[in-house]
Amino acid sequence: MAQAKSKQPEYEDIPGTFVFNAERSRQGYGINMFCMSLMKDENRKAFRANEAEYLKKFNLTPEQTDAVLKRDYNRMLELGGNIYFTAKLGATDGHSFRHLAAVMTNSTQEDYAAMMLGGGRSVEGNRSKSGKYDKPAKKATAKPKAKAKSAKTSKSPKKRK
Amino acid sequence: MAKIIAGFASSHVPAIGAAIDNKQTHDPYWQRVFSGFEKAKKWIADVRPDVVIAVYNDHASAFSVELIPTFAIGCAAEFPPADEGWGPRPVPVVKGHPQLASHIATSAILDGFDLTIANKMEVDHGLTVPLNLAFGSPEAWPCPVIPIAVNVVQYPPPTGKRCFDLGRAIRKAVASYPEDLRIVVFGTGGMSHQISGPRAGLINSKFDKAFLDGLTKDPKKLAAMPHLEYMREAGAEGIELVMWHVMRGALDDKVKEVYRFYTVPASNTAVGNIILENVAKPAKKAAAKKSAPKKAKGLRKAA
Repeated sequence: MAQAKSKQPEYEDIPGTFVFNAERSRQGYGINMFCMSLMKDENRKAFRANEAEYLKKFNLTPEQTDAVLKRDYNRMLELGGNIYFTAKLGATDGHSFRHLAAVMTNSTQEDYAAMMLGGGRSVEGNRSKSGKYDKPAKKATAKPKAKAKSAKTSKSPKKRK
Repeated sequence: MAKIIAGFASSHVPAIGAAIDNKQTHDPYWQRVFSGFEKAKKWIADVRPDVVIAVYNDHASAFSVELIPTFAIGCAAEFPPADEGWGPRPVPVVKGHPQLASHIATSAILDGFDLTIANKMEVDHGLTVPLNLAFGSPEAWPCPVIPIAVNVVQYPPPTGKRCFDLGRAIRKAVASYPEDLRIVVFGTGGMSHQISGPRAGLINSKFDKAFLDGLTKDPKKLAAMPHLEYMREAGAEGIELVMWHVMRGALDDKVKEVYRFYTVPASNTAVGNIILENVAKPAKKAAAKKSAPKKAKGLRKAA
């Protein structure tokens, strides 16, 4: 999804971000309805008992099934999952949101928590893949053309306030 | 007559709810967050609104991807807390105000605002966390609450301008409700945060502070901000801030900012709280009544 298509909405230029639009909503309907089903305890039990079998009810593509089984949260988002829904899968696994955030940002929970305590991920260098919105002077921590990766390179805690 | 006396906006981070439910509010990490709400709590305890209209978003609790209402107003007598995957939060059932809610729905729809009517709806942390931040953890919430759910899950959410105008429509509706009720409107969500994808953890304090400034001083200009700017500058989920415009639209053009609090982080999110009061005018109006011709007043009121 990173490649430049002709008529892509401008928000696709935001790095490390999958905006949950109508297209992704259609594509990810099965993933999200699967996650929604996990709000019921009986379903959580059935899923845990046999994950692949349980997933068959939701008409996922092989890629989507694979992403769910591997708990590849970024891939789920890329294939139409929405974070509010996929978070329910994390909860079913007994994982905190910090765990999911660490997975999605290719970080450790400790590093992620430290980054948040340090004031969070800076927007500088993280506005656009094309570099269109980032002031050249402030690209100290992240390469402007690093696409989605740039979002995880600026891990170092920045100024506090 | 019913009237809106003030607006109250705050973030609705789920981890804040978890900290309350697990009695961790005195941990140093959470103390920093909760101490910032002490003044807000005191303010609302003094103000004692008769009804709260709470603008919030559902997080895949009451609405899945099957049905995505852009604006839904809760007209039920009560709204139970939703099970968000860990069992329902141990908070009181939210009691509604069906008569006022239906009155607002009727007035707003006839005013061109096609609200979805929710007669059965569970409410998640998006609504209950701000109630905790305002009212603490009482046995029962101190007043009825009318939930207004806004879609910010699937792009596009309603525009800031449309949210502001919904606030205007709510204000108009409230003004024609015969019972003497003092109402506070809550805007919830935000501030800057992104919880999805490799850019998760984004915080933009500069943006947030400018947003708070604009909300008080130049709300119409602020409401014109395009969605792209929220997502780029304040994180993909920072777009929840559009809901604050509903609160602001429900207030007078000129307001008094009585309190503001901002801290980073609570979990993944920048936490903001702002309280805006309508500057009371009834006294002036009564005084003006003697001299000013009636029709001029009526016109001004309609505008």
